[in-house]
Amino acid sequence: METLAHVAALLLFSPLLLGVIQRTKAIAAGRRGASVWQPYFDLGKLTRKEVALSQTTTWIFVVAPAIVVATAVLAGLLVPLGSFATPISFAGDFVFFTYLFALGRFFTAAAALDTGSPFEGMGAAREVGFAWLTEPAVFFAFLALCRLSGSLRLSQMLRATEGGLWLEHTAPLLLTAAGLFIVLLTECSRIPVDDPNTHLELTMIHEVMVLDHSGPLLALVEYGAALKLFILEAMLLHVMAPTAEVGGWPGFALFLFGLSGIAVGIGIVESVMARLRLLHVPTLLIAAILSCGFAFLLLNR
Amino acid sequence: MTELLGASGQLAALYLLVGAASLLAASGVPGLLLDRRSLWGERLATLLTVIAGVAGLVGAFALLAATGSATLELPSPFPEQRTVLGGDALSGWFAVPVFLVGALGSIYSGAYWSARRHPRNGRRLRLCYGLLLASLIFILLARDGASFLMAWEVMALTNFFLVTIEENDLAVRRAGWVYLLYSHVTILGLFAFFVLQHRLSGELGFQRIPLQATSTAGAVLFLLALMAFGIKAGVMPLHSWLPSAHASAPSHVSAVMSGVVIKMGIYGLVRTTGLFGDLPLAWGVTVLALGAVGAFFGVVFALGQHDLKRLLAYHSIENIGIILLGLGLAMVGRSLGRPDWVLLGMAGCLLHVWNHALFKSLLFFGAGSVVHSTGSRDLEQLGGLARRMPATAMFFLIGAIAICGLPPFNGFVSELLVYLGLARAAVAPGAAWAALAAPVLAATGALAVACFVKVVGVVFLGTPRSAAATAAHESPLPMLVPMAVLATGCALLGVAPGLVAPALERAAAVWAGAPLAGQSLAELAPLGWVSAGALALVALAGVLLAVVLPVCRRGRVRQPALPTWDCGFAASSPRLQYTASSFAELITSRFAWALRPHERLPGIDRVFPASASFDSHVEDTVLDRILAPRVERARQVAARIRAYQQGDLQKYVLYIVGAIVALLLFNFRLGGLVTELYGR
Repeated sequence: METLAHVAALLLFSPLLLGVIQRTKAIAAGRRGASVWQPYFDLGKLTRKEVALSQTTTWIFVVAPAIVVATAVLAGLLVPLGSFATPISFAGDFVFFTYLFALGRFFTAAAALDTGSPFEGMGAAREVGFAWLTEPAVFFAFLALCRLSGSLRLSQMLRATEGGLWLEHTAPLLLTAAGLFIVLLTECSRIPVDDPNTHLELTMIHEVMVLDHSGPLLALVEYGAALKLFILEAMLLHVMAPTAEVGGWPGFALFLFGLSGIAVGIGIVESVMARLRLLHVPTLLIAAILSCGFAFLLLNR
Repeated sequence: MTELLGASGQLAALYLLVGAASLLAASGVPGLLLDRRSLWGERLATLLTVIAGVAGLVGAFALLAATGSATLELPSPFPEQRTVLGGDALSGWFAVPVFLVGALGSIYSGAYWSARRHPRNGRRLRLCYGLLLASLIFILLARDGASFLMAWEVMALTNFFLVTIEENDLAVRRAGWVYLLYSHVTILGLFAFFVLQHRLSGELGFQRIPLQATSTAGAVLFLLALMAFGIKAGVMPLHSWLPSAHASAPSHVSAVMSGVVIKMGIYGLVRTTGLFGDLPLAWGVTVLALGAVGAFFGVVFALGQHDLKRLLAYHSIENIGIILLGLGLAMVGRSLGRPDWVLLGMAGCLLHVWNHALFKSLLFFGAGSVVHSTGSRDLEQLGGLARRMPATAMFFLIGAIAICGLPPFNGFVSELLVYLGLARAAVAPGAAWAALAAPVLAATGALAVACFVKVVGVVFLGTPRSAAATAAHESPLPMLVPMAVLATGCALLGVAPGLVAPALERAAAVWAGAPLAGQSLAELAPLGWVSAGALALVALAGVLLAVVLPVCRRGRVRQPALPTWDCGFAASSPRLQYTASSFAELITSRFAWALRPHERLPGIDRVFPASASFDSHVEDTVLDRILAPRVERARQVAARIRAYQQGDLQKYVLYIVGAIVALLLFNFRLGGLVTELYGR
């Protein structure tokens, strides 16, 4: 039953977070904005459209969105929601988690180069050019959580905040949360790293990699992005607050509410800041690495 | 650890391996007796190599099925020495890739370096290839220093002849000289190692060294072994021979070199570190640090290359770094008394030896197909080959995903074992500094993804950048079958890694000895979950594809000739695509302090500049900026001494007379002092 709720939340709730971010940005800009359910309507519209494939593209272009969604769903089964047990959990699953997203990135970037267009090439180059900085930050965060929880399973590592550990180790957990927030903004292509709304060359990273996808392929790509946002937000929420304290179904509902809260926070950050110059994005990511690295250092005094 | 084979079975396996190695050595000989253009010499060589390969694989797997070792003593040409050959699980583990990649390479060379098209050097290639493989097996089986050194020397020399097979090319010759230079340093180091070991333990060979952990003799032995085997393996900063040598050799030879020959350096390091009774912590930390540095900078240098085979050679350096991370972790675990780290580190190290042999050979075979088809190794001249060579593209993609360590292929499993060991170090109080290697490994993995997206995207995807790429054709069957076998191996090890776990434990136990008792790989590493995860991934992706593919097929049928959206540029050209250098520029610009690229920027000196060109080239920094200037300065100093060597006979007679006079004076005046000194 709990597994069913986990899978249902993962598959059905994730586009809502995109809608919450959009609505927050609209309200902050003084507009009314589209409904929070708009991403669902968009996905439905895209699935009904036909696919237009360029003659340059090969089977990699078609396979990539499916792999992105498959890896995201599998990764989502590794992250705990609320206080429920995760469907899949084994020692070292945090490595599997990270490398699943890396597989998705490989295929997205390869599909971008498949089109033979310089715009997609630009996006792919920047995407892989930033990913090598987010991975060490994530691994430092995982090492810090391993140390705190004494376990190598992601579900127990993310529950390291419970039992009063949050009060005892506030500084390392704050630093880890800050680093993970920057990683979240980068991986989910949010301002200040990337602007999901414009299509100018200056702001092209994720949006432009999928410029040539259409119809159900684009629906899969956008759904994969929603899943990734959901999963990374869930990880961040576990590190930010002792989420397993409130048990059972109320805790689960509270967790989903917390995810929406983080989405509102992302919307506020996007409305308040401007996009960083591309050359300064690696500096931000190195700050994330240092933040998580310092957290690990503090735990090893 | 159960034992499946008794002592007599092990001895039989040893005889089988010796026989297979001898057959490999003889495989090139019949071709010498036949005409240089004859296909029969080539086919006979391939047949003998494949037979030897199959027999050798049976023998190696038999060795892996048993604990303990079998020895064979033979008379030796050296006085008071015995030639001792021995086989145990560790030798068997390293022998499996030798036979597999060797046999597949021989099948590949039938089409890649056929006798008809390469009459001048085909027979030499096949002879040296067989000798190289045989010498590798004898290195693995040698238990005494003399036979080890002889086999090593044969390996180094045959490898040199194979690297310089295209001797008309200046770059190839230069690569060969650099390789030979480094090989000589290696062999000198090995001589010093064995002589010192003989002095200390009285035996000339791989015996247990009864030394205290902190003695200087032990430290000198370790440093000699690290230097000598490190050069062979391609450990940074001793790696400079590797990129040019692997790029200049024919592709199937590069596959053998990258997949198997450099693993002899790893074998040497594993054997020698296993000889010491107790290991100081500093040694394990050194190996761990060298592994991290080599892995990270190996992939950074790979990003700067636009020669396909040089790029793959730098990735070999990266993967050797990952193998050293596993070995270093095992050494640290042995120093600190943590058997779980020992097992995980050693298992990761050894499994990555197999995995790297599989996917690197696959990638080099793919590169060979590309070179065979287009005539070019330059990434900037290729493109769009996936439509012209679909099978090669598919196999190369499998190799690329495997080398990045991504599930569901085999690279992920060995990296997971290393990560598990490092994470355990993070949890243990007081030894968490070892876990700093984990983010470095993660960054390396992400950079490897960047590099292989670049390679696959620029070579196989997009539109062709030159006429040669447009005219490319699929490789013939003898070149596709080895790639298919290796790709299947990658998939099999990725989906079912539990199959090799018992053999892996036995091989790791040879190194670790007693402290491994009680630990089992099945308990420490979730290999069953890895299998389940890989299968679940494939199943999920398959389900989604089954839904999406019919729609896409309808789209292609309805509109078959759509161009890519190009923002309204009317005249799109293949030159508009991202090149390999521009793709990697965001990363290589950050590492320009290490890469030090030679750039020729477009000089704009007129108001309306016409055509301009940009050229960027990354040489090996250690060789190019550190060693070469110093060698040049040494040559200049030596040139002054050369002034005394003019070829004038009278002056030479004067030198001889002067030397005799000086010796007589020395003997006459100091004779008494000398007898006093030497008489005591």
